[in-house]
Amino acid sequence: MTSLKTFLGAGSALAFTATLAHADPALMFDLGGKFDKSFNEAAYNGAERWKAETGGGYREIEMQAAAQRVQFARRLAEAGSNPVVVMGFQNAPTLEEVAPDYPDTSFVLIDAVVDLPNVRSVIFAEHEGSYLVGMLAAMANETGTVSFVGGMEIPLITAFACGFAQGAKAVNADINVIVNYTGDTPAAWNDPVRGGEIARAQISQGSDVVFAAAGGTGLGVLQAAADAGVYSIGVDSNQNYLHPGSVLTSMLKLVDQAVYDAFTDGPGLETGVVLMDLAAGGVGYALDEHNADLISAEMQEAVEAARAAIIAGELSVHDYRTDSVCPAF
Amino acid sequence: MSGNGRIPNWADVTLVPLVSVLLAFILSGILIWAIGESPWAAVKLMVEGAFGSSYGWGYTLYYATNFMFTGLAVAVAFQARLFNIGGEGQALLGGLGVALVCLYIPWPHWSLALLAACAGAAGFGALWALIPGYLQARRGSHIVITTIMFNFIAASLLGYVLVNVLRPQGSQDPSSPRFPAEVALPKLHEMLALVGIPFSRVPPVNISLLIAVGMCFAVWFLLWRTRLGYQIRAFGESEPAAEYAGISPARITIYVMLISGALAGLMAVNSVMGEQQRLVLNAVEGAGFIGIAVALMGRNHPFGVFLAAILFGFLYQGGAELALWTSIPRELIVVIQALVILFTGALDNMVRIPIARLFALRGAR
Repeated sequence: MTSLKTFLGAGSALAFTATLAHADPALMFDLGGKFDKSFNEAAYNGAERWKAETGGGYREIEMQAAAQRVQFARRLAEAGSNPVVVMGFQNAPTLEEVAPDYPDTSFVLIDAVVDLPNVRSVIFAEHEGSYLVGMLAAMANETGTVSFVGGMEIPLITAFACGFAQGAKAVNADINVIVNYTGDTPAAWNDPVRGGEIARAQISQGSDVVFAAAGGTGLGVLQAAADAGVYSIGVDSNQNYLHPGSVLTSMLKLVDQAVYDAFTDGPGLETGVVLMDLAAGGVGYALDEHNADLISAEMQEAVEAARAAIIAGELSVHDYRTDSVCPAF
Repeated sequence: MSGNGRIPNWADVTLVPLVSVLLAFILSGILIWAIGESPWAAVKLMVEGAFGSSYGWGYTLYYATNFMFTGLAVAVAFQARLFNIGGEGQALLGGLGVALVCLYIPWPHWSLALLAACAGAAGFGALWALIPGYLQARRGSHIVITTIMFNFIAASLLGYVLVNVLRPQGSQDPSSPRFPAEVALPKLHEMLALVGIPFSRVPPVNISLLIAVGMCFAVWFLLWRTRLGYQIRAFGESEPAAEYAGISPARITIYVMLISGALAGLMAVNSVMGEQQRLVLNAVEGAGFIGIAVALMGRNHPFGVFLAAILFGFLYQGGAELALWTSIPRELIVVIQALVILFTGALDNMVRIPIARLFALRGAR
């Protein structure tokens, strides 16, 4: 590794000075691809918003294999892109390896923490946002059962489920929360048919509010809930418009904002950990004209109270990721 | 697949695939032209990106190493007319074997660790193929169905082990801790430096490449120079005839699946030990399935697999460069790869029959 660094230090200085002149930002999507209607697409939207507002250009790259993580991160840094925004927690090892070799390039990692002087780590308090939509679910609920469809059983997604269950039980301590996951292969994030199947199974068990945190799979969940005439909750982006009257709300995770901020701050951006929680407006629940009739004044009041309490530190939502235990399951 | 006596052997293994690939590239070129990019520039970028520098070669050979292992796994099984679609799952389990060996035993030197990791990878891969092999041999459960299902079971098992057992407490990423530095495999540039050849230090290509090439020879030797290989091929040509000759179908099925699974598992030595240096979710990235295409294209012959693996390595690395430096979407690169598979695998006779006619004409003169 040390020999690698010395080589690259020399190599990047010699061979790539020609391309270092322009410093356009770059965006590296995680496996799953640009148009996943969820995490990566939110990043793309943030970048496009920046492009529309500033007229600047940016480089983007989608991966096909894990070996390309390091390869592409290096190539972007060598090509003079700055800052380089890298999506997904699986890229934490990538940046641990690549970032020290390019000290003049700023890197931004979304969804994980890497402690290096030229890396900004943006993490989201998904459990807090999920808590709020869990409360809304329990208040809209009539059957005594709500449910959750996750993409894959990994700590990140279980944190969504755990926050959701805590919020639901805060409203109704006896509520039954069904939790299912779609699969174990990457296809789990993009399988709307399977998502629909799971949602229908949960609805037949009595669930009348289904929360999907499963990328593209969630589209099938929302469709199944709309077909069955029950409520659903979208994730990441505002998905209220997909089935007005059926989508109760969406758990917002403002990945687009994080990308937009990084692009706006430009080279030499402030590094360190950026926590996008309720207080920072990084997570939340969506309220717009499509679900205005579904969220009553009392529901909104209760959620706003909880939101204020969480921000003030009076109410703490347990984060599953800290100890792999969920008090609400 | 074989048995067309009118084509000389050399043309069967080189000319037919070459013409097929050429046709696939011509069609891809038309597609690239149709979306408004220059096909010539795209081809140039791909070839230069994959073969134009030692950096490109390094990545091409790294991917090719993966595909050699999985391609050989499919090819060996296919010689016995067993269609092993489970390379993906067997390689995942091989990765688990490598990780356990590297994490839980303190190794003084990489060479010892490499031997043990090979044993672990091959052992776990073989074990994962043994179950479908046994079910086929003794219970008649079709191997295609069971091996596909075992891919999903392997993914679930790996997901469970990574999240609940190997993941360091508090880490978000479902992956094992990093392997100790002692078990880092020597990369190709270090090996070439010994003989004074400069080579880029960046690509992850490593000593596993030599193991893969060695395995190509070993599989050739096994199939065409040993009694077991003869039995495998005889069984593949005709099961009743093999049984009449005293070859036990159940025994051959289980042996072949063990060998096939071991070869697929060995892929993990390259990807998990050579590149990632940790076990991650979905470490195989579809190389198990690409192996089917590689074996098809290589006509289930080890030398053909070797060439086809390099071609697919080129498609992967060249495709990556294409995605990086042009606005050609990633999906089109997958289309190009699919066209190569389509022409070499499925539309084989479209090229073979005209070539056979040409040779017949020449022979008649």
